[in-house]
Formats: sequence, C-alpha cells, structure tokens
Amino acid sequence: MAKERRSVESLSDLWRAGAEQAHREVEDDGVEQQRSKQAGRDDEMTIRFVLFVNKQGQTRLAQYYEHLSLDERRALEGEIVRKCLARTDQQCSFVEHRNYKVVYRRYASLFFLVGVDNDENELAILEFIHLFVETMDRHFGNVCELDIMFHLEKVHFMLEEMVMNGCIVETSKQNILAPIQLMEKTS
Amino acid sequence: MASTPPAPAVAPSLVDTLFQRSLNDLVKSLRADPSAAGEAAAVARALSEIHREIRAPDAATKSVALQKLAYLSSLHFAPVGSHPLAFAAIELLASPHLPHKRLAYLAASLSLHPASLSLLPLATHQLHKDLSPSAGAAHQQHVSALALQLLASPAAAAAPDLPVHLAHDLVPHLARGSPRAIAAAARVIAASPSAAVPVLFKPLAACLASPDPRASTAAAAAFCDLSAPPADATPFLPLAPDLYNLLTTSRSNWALIKVLKVFARLAPLEPRLAARIVDPVCQLLTRSSAMSLTFECIRTVLTALPAHDAAVRLAIGKAKEFNAAADDPNLRYLGLLALGMLGPAYASTVNDCRDAIAKSLGDADTNIRQEALHLIMGMVNENNVVDIAGMLISHVAKSDPEFANDILGAVLAACGHNVYEMVVDFDWYVSLLVDMARTLHCAQGDEIGRQLVDVGLRVQDARPELVRSARTLLIDPALLGNHFLFPVLSAAAWISGEYVDLTKDPVELVEALLQPRTNLLPISVRAVYIHAVFKVITWCFSVYVGRLGDSGMAMDVMFDRLAADQTVSLDSNVALGSGEEQDIGASTVRKDPFSHESILYMIDLIQTTVGPLINCNEVEVQERAHNLIGFVHLVREIQELNKRKVADGDEPSRLKELVKTMRTVFCQELGPVSVNAQMKVAPPDGLILNENLVELAGMVSEDDTTPSTSIFFYPCSRHSVDTRDEPAVSIGSSSLSEHRKRHGLFYLQTGKTEDEPSDYPQANDSLPSSSNNSVINDDKSKTAELVFAGKKSTATKSRPKVVKLDTEDFLSSMMPSANVPKEDPLAGALRDVLLGSDAKALSSQRASDINLEGMLNKTSSNESSSQQIENLGSYPASRSSRTTSKQQNHDKEKGTNPRESDGKEPRKHRSSGRSGHRQGKHKHREKSSTQPDTIPQASVIQDFLL
Repeated sequence: MAKERRSVESLSDLWRAGAEQAHREVEDDGVEQQRSKQAGRDDEMTIRFVLFVNKQGQTRLAQYYEHLSLDERRALEGEIVRKCLARTDQQCSFVEHRNYKVVYRRYASLFFLVGVDNDENELAILEFIHLFVETMDRHFGNVCELDIMFHLEKVHFMLEEMVMNGCIVETSKQNILAPIQLMEKTS
Repeated sequence: MASTPPAPAVAPSLVDTLFQRSLNDLVKSLRADPSAAGEAAAVARALSEIHREIRAPDAATKSVALQKLAYLSSLHFAPVGSHPLAFAAIELLASPHLPHKRLAYLAASLSLHPASLSLLPLATHQLHKDLSPSAGAAHQQHVSALALQLLASPAAAAAPDLPVHLAHDLVPHLARGSPRAIAAAARVIAASPSAAVPVLFKPLAACLASPDPRASTAAAAAFCDLSAPPADATPFLPLAPDLYNLLTTSRSNWALIKVLKVFARLAPLEPRLAARIVDPVCQLLTRSSAMSLTFECIRTVLTALPAHDAAVRLAIGKAKEFNAAADDPNLRYLGLLALGMLGPAYASTVNDCRDAIAKSLGDADTNIRQEALHLIMGMVNENNVVDIAGMLISHVAKSDPEFANDILGAVLAACGHNVYEMVVDFDWYVSLLVDMARTLHCAQGDEIGRQLVDVGLRVQDARPELVRSARTLLIDPALLGNHFLFPVLSAAAWISGEYVDLTKDPVELVEALLQPRTNLLPISVRAVYIHAVFKVITWCFSVYVGRLGDSGMAMDVMFDRLAADQTVSLDSNVALGSGEEQDIGASTVRKDPFSHESILYMIDLIQTTVGPLINCNEVEVQERAHNLIGFVHLVREIQELNKRKVADGDEPSRLKELVKTMRTVFCQELGPVSVNAQMKVAPPDGLILNENLVELAGMVSEDDTTPSTSIFFYPCSRHSVDTRDEPAVSIGSSSLSEHRKRHGLFYLQTGKTEDEPSDYPQANDSLPSSSNNSVINDDKSKTAELVFAGKKSTATKSRPKVVKLDTEDFLSSMMPSANVPKEDPLAGALRDVLLGSDAKALSSQRASDINLEGMLNKTSSNESSSQQIENLGSYPASRSSRTTSKQQNHDKEKGTNPRESDGKEPRKHRSSGRSGHRQGKHKHREKSSTQPDTIPQASVIQDFLL
C-alpha cells in the first residue's frame, strides 16, 4: 500500500510539474495554452474545500474542489485545525491560511471549515455553513457527530447537491434533500 | 469522542469470512480502538477485505466494498483515487439501481484525479447515456444531475477530451435552466474554452435572463467564476445588460453578491458602467438587511467605484457601522478590511476613524488587531508620526508579546523607511527607540540597535541625545539580564565610545561599561564594551595630557577652559549648544573626570576588571583586552611622571604625542557605508585578480609564520612612537616593505587609488569639519533636504540633516518610481498575453493581430473612453475596420444624444439592450463556430451604455 501511495503521489507531482511548466511557457501551441489555463482554473474556484473536524482534530468530512495529495491534505488540515482550535468565541470566524481564507463555525464539538478564495464573501460562506447544518439537522433530526460518521456518504450527497465546482448551486433545503429521500425510498 | 459509549467488540474472524462487513461495521471497528496503532490495523484489515470484495461479480457486494473504500479514502485512511476504487466506480456507474449509481458517482468524483485519468474514457459513454433525455427512466432528472455533478468535478475538468465529447449533451439541460448544468458548463468552458465556448456560451448567457431565479443565480455564479482575476473579464462586458437587469430585479442575495462581484471586475474596464450601476448599488447598500450583501456592496463601491464620492461616503459610513458592532467580531473585522480597501486618495477619511481603529488594537481577536495595525501604519505621515507612534507604543504595554512585537516591528519599519524620511525630530526618535527597547516583551533588539547606530552615523544633531540615551541604557544593570536587548546594549556601548566627547561623565561611563554583570553578555557584545572603554580612556587621557601641557595655569582656571578645549582642541566636530557646554562644564567642576585621581581610578578599574580577560579563550574579547591593557600599561608612566612632577622636557612631550596620536586614531568620524561600496572600488589597471594565486602559498609559508611579538595597538604614524615600541615597529614596517618589494603584484598601487576621482565617498570618510558640520554626499539629497526644509518651515524644529548616500538615494528613488511604471507595462503585458491567449484559444489564426491591437489599445490608454470602446469592440473582429469602427463610434454618438436626460429611459434601454444582444447572437450564429462571442458584444455594449 505504501508503495502504491508513493507511485500515485509521484505521478501527481509529475502532473503538477508539467502544469507549472505549461504555465511558464507561453507558446503559440493551442494545447499548451489550454493546459496552462486549466492549471490556472484551480485557483479560481470560490470554495476550495469543506472540512468537518472535531475538537480532537479528527477529520470527519473532507471534500476538496481542487486536487491535493494525501499528505498535502493531512498537513493542511492539521495546520488549519490548530489555528482554529486556538481561537475563542470572541474572535472572528475568519482565518487566513496560506493562500486560502478559512471561514469556520463551531457547532457543539464540531468545527465546520470552508476554505475559500480571498475575494469570496465571508458572510455568505457563514450563511452557507449554517444552511448546511440546518439541512443535516432536518434530515437526521438533531444531528450530531455520530450521525455524520455513520452516514458520511449522505452528508457527501447533500454537499454535492449544494456545491458544484466550488460554486453554491442549491440553497433550498427541500431540493437538497429530495434526491436522498428518493434514494432511501427506492432502496 | 470520549463521551461516546464504548463500541461493541469486533466481530470474530469466522463470521468475517462468511459475511461481508457493512460500512457501519467498518466505522465501529475504527472506533473500537482509537489509538493510532489500532486504527492502522483496522484500516489495513478493511483494505485487504475491500480489495477482495471489490472484484466480486455481484453488484451489491461490490457496492458495499466501494462504499467502504470511499469512506476510507475520503477520511484520508486510504490514498485518494487508488485505481481499484476508480475502476469499480466506473463499473457501477452503469447500474440501473439508483443507490448504486449514486454511490458510484460519488466514488468517481472522489477518486478520479489526474493520476487515474486513463480510466475516464471508460466512463464517457455512460455519462453520455445518463445525460441524454431519451433514457426515459423515472428518475432521469436525478440521474442526469449525478452525471452533471461528475462532469463538474475537478477530476473531470482535468481530462481535456471528456468535456469536448459531452458539451453537446449539456445544451438541453442548460435550456431547461438546471443550476447543475450551468455549474457544469462553467467548468467545461473553463477547462477547454476552444471546444466548449461555441456550444455552451450562448445557452449559458441566456440563463442569465431566465425567469427562474435558481437558473439566474447559478448563471451569475458561473460568470463570476469565469471572470475571476486570472482570466480576462473583457469578454463578459456584453453581458452587462442582463447582469444589470439581475442587479435591479433579483431578490436572491446569493445572486446579487455574484452579480456585484462581476460588476466590480467589469467597472474598471468600462468607465460608463460605473455611472450606471452606482445607483442600484447604493440602493442595495441602504436597503439590504443582509450583512453579506451589504458588505459586498461596500466592497464593490470601494474597489470599483472610487470616483463616486457620495457612494464612497455611504460605504465608509457602513464600514464604520460594521466596525462599531460591539457584539460581532466578524463585522468588526470586515469593517476594518473594508477601510483597508480605500485607496490613498481617501487617506484623510481613514484618518478620521483613527480613534475607532485604535480601539481595535485592543481587540480580543488577533486578526482584528493585525488589520487595525495595518490600517494605522497605512495612515502614518510625517505630521502625525509622533502621535501615532506614541499611541502605538502605549499599546505595546497592554498587548500580548506577539502582537507587541508586531507593533514594534511596524513602527520601526515605518520610521526607518527610506532613511528616516518621516522623522523630523530625531531627539524624539532616539528616545522612542530607547522606550521601545525598554518595553516589556521587546524582541526587536537587532533592528533597534541597528537604527540607533545608523542614526548616530547619519544624523549629527541627534548624537547628544543618543549619547544621553545610551548612558541610561548602559547604567541600568537590570537590562543586562535580557538577552533580547543585547544588540541594543551593544549599540549603546558603541555610541558612547564613538561619541565619547559628548558624554558628561566618562568615569561613570567606564564604571557602567565594566560593571560585573557584563559577564552575562555574549562575546561579540563584550568585545564592543571593552573597545568602548578603550575609546573613553583614550579620550580622557588626551584631555588630561592636554591639561598637563598647561601646567603653569591654576587648576580652577583650567577646569573652566576644559569645556572649551573639548570642542576646540580635541578635534571634535560637534558644535555643542551653549547650554550643553555649560552642562559639561558644571559636571567637570562637580566631579572632575580628568583629574589625576579620576584617571588613576579608571586605570585601576580597568586593570582589575579587564586584566583577567587577557586569558579569555574567546579571541575577540582577548584581543580587545590585550589592546586595552597594553595601552594602560603604556600610559601609566603619566601617573609616575605626574608624581615626580619632573618636567624634563622630552618625556612628557613624547607621551603627549602618543596619547594625542591614539586619540586621532579614534576621532576620525565614521560614516554610513553604502551597500555598493565594494563594487565602486575599481581594480587598478594591469591587475588580473585571478592570476598567480599559486604564489600566495609561498608567501604564507615564508613570512606569516613568524609570530607577532607586539601586542600593542600602535598607530601607523611614523614620528610619534615610543622608544620601547620602535623595534617592533621597525620590524613590522621593514618586513612589510620587504614583503611589498617581493610581492608588489598583490598590492594595490597607493598613488593610483588615491588619484582616482572620488565620485563616491569613501566608506569612512572624515567629515569636513570646516563646512556646515554635515556631509551631503549627494546633490540630489541636498536639494531634497532644502525642499523639505522649505516645506517644514512652519514646524517648530527644523529637521536635521540626514546623511544619505547616493546609492541609497538611487535605490530609494528607484523603488517607487520603478514600481509605478513597472506596474503598467507588466499589467499591460499580462493582459496582452491573456487577451492573446484567450483569443488564441478561441481563434488561433488572428492571435498576433489581436495582440497587436490589444497592445495599441493599452498604450493609448489615455485616449477618450469612446475610443477605448471602439478598440474594444474592434479587436476581436477583423482588424481591417478602422473605418467601420469609426462609423460605429459615429452611430453610438448619434444614439447617445436623445437618451441623455430621459426619465423613462431605463426600461426602453434595457429592452433595446436585450434585442441588441439577440441580434448579436444571430450574427454570432452566422459566423464560423470557432469565432468568439465577442463580436456581437460590441454592438450590445454600445446599446447598453449609451
């Protein structure tokens, strides 16, 4: 398994190196142009990741809208969680980390963190987090950490209904939950 | 975690083999042993199971295995996108069972990533099938939603051919106004513009005008995403009418935020756009109750509409309200952030809220404090620097160590910027530096010490105050325990040694420099201390010897004259104020530091404290101690001489010579050294630096092995040596000349270097004391000073001269001036490239032409706005059309006049805008499919804006 991981990462490194190179070389070749633009796209999404982390620093949900390797994800989560855990209720909910702005909110023992671009509207993201929690609440009924742990795929489905390509596409709780309810009926 | 009930025991292994474990079982087994080792074991077991189960032909078994694997990989237990996961996911995509399909899509979007892209073509057909409306299944809409979801995932966008194949399948969904289709289309367009734009851009743009609020919201978000900074927003200008429509009619805050963001990017491109949107934005700003929308309005106004005064004032008012929100740190932070967006033109406005911002310095939140500090540092200028720095330093005491040092660092950086250009009163600045050093958590000793010395070197008028401040630092034994302050103490010791002639009480100074606690200091600082003692004692001797020469005079008369002697006979360049002169006179009367007793006392002190250091094993300290003790030994004769009171002519005069020479060694003034000083020394002709280095080896072995016998620090002047030293000196000089004769090649030619035109001041150039007590190395800086002085004539205290080297001046003048023009060509070039790349991606043949056109457009940026519009309209089109564009322009102008002051205009205008847009679309359809949509945009934009 370790070997496999290494190979996957080295491949992804290769890919990234290639993308960077494409960034650097401004050639007339259309393919090159396309590739560099593509690599640039990863920086333009509004929401870059959504994380649920508990007070012990354990990740309960992680959804990334750009590609990061496993180690990068672990490192990023560790750093951000450390930063957020150190903050009190009297402090604001925005933390700048690397090139992200992390908007977070704490519900009971769980931190809900959303990494966004720098010019994203922080308050709107806070509203989005709240909407997400309300939606889960409606579905699970008084949602708690265990619900998320045992029904992670449903939470993922909800998130997929709400966010696509880093953009918020659905804000109606009913619409978000409709496909999940349908699925429960059919199975 | 700790509060949860203990998990049930792990199932026995026999059951394990018979029955597949569900996801629930997996989660329980993971929770059974929360330790790292237990978790790793559970994961390893689960993974081996999954690898077995995922190959099962049965879809149910496979899906459970996939579910478990997706769970593990999404929580980072398993590597992202391992191949079995991706492959099984693609297999299950075809399942008719909705939960299986849903799961497969989830696994695919989690697992597909650039490394597993080779598998993606396998999914293309299934995606195509799921997207096509003909499938007729009951849950078709959900199925296609899933496919769209995968299409919008980052993995799919990284596969260049997938969007190309599926772009056409998106069109019916776009026409339906599905928000997911819109998001997917945005992703596809971004991923491969050349293939997707002709197919998808038009339907996507139509969604903006859709009556369905969900569709228009999603479309606004999509265009916001597409026009984000690295991309060029220009192609989206034609969408302005629809966006405007959305801005005025939409009730969805999500949509409004996105529309505002797009407008913030478009407004700088088209000046007339700002005038149109300013009213609706202000209405939203006053009317909206949603803070997110209010903040977005503030941001839009402050970043994109800075020319509209009323709007800016409104926005600043709102930002201040945010800032005053006592119960919500988020709003306080955003309020400060908004104020920080204001350009320098509104510096005075920000200045008005200085008190409120200063209050934020004490906020509980570090982010808010940082932002407040940043804002405050932004408003510093030479008029308020005293107030602001005083206020900040008073905050340092109240802050936690980290932030205290942030404040100190910011103040130091601001005041030291460009050779202290903001500081007028250097006495104040020196005392500020010392206050900073004495603050509780100060860890900025390095920078404070550097600035203290630097001010001493550059600003002659500040030296008395510097020496006074250095004394207060040195005599405080408590400071010696704080290792952060060592650099400051080092600077203080250096200053009091270097400018010893300004000190009031050298005896006290020597005591302070030799106090027992100095053994806490690190070696480098210790060496500076000892050297400072050397300088002080040299100066005292020279005064004392000078007085001996006048031994015929009465003692008290001499005391009175001493003060005058200091400035006249001691080669001191400083013209002391008369008050200070009297001060020194008074102190000498009170406790004469140059009396025989004082000198003796100092010598004894030095011998007892520095004496042991001769055996110190740190060379730096050892060497300085040797120098000092050697000198003291040498001049002890003075004491004996004085005892005997024998004035046998020869001896005292030679001693006097010695001491005076010693003094002249130190009284040369040091100046600041330019970074480029080394580069300015030209190697003499005929010297080839890299040649004959081999000969050096011989030299080293021959000459330098003889140990030096002399430990004395002797002056180089040839006529003033003591008899005892003569042999040593002669040995030294003779061997030196011999060496020079033999290896002349390696010596610089003295005559030559001196003859060189000194357009650059030598590093330690002595100051021309005859002139105005200051060195102005550079005409430019002189004129700058003059201008400055003229400007400052109202100030109570004129700014002292600050030595500024030409190179520094050059550098500092380069910085801003290099930045300013750099910005434009850089931005221009970037834009050109982007523009070119966009255009190239869209229509590759015209790339160069467009680039050229774009460049022209950039260079003539100060042309009239209508001209810009004309260019803007014309460059994506064929570049032949000078005349046609002029014609367009003409038409535009014709169009403008009747509309100018028509009250009912907006509605009519909007409809015309839309019809124009539609026309544009028709035109677009006629064009070849690779043509970008920018052609019709030209006419649309004109209709809208005029």
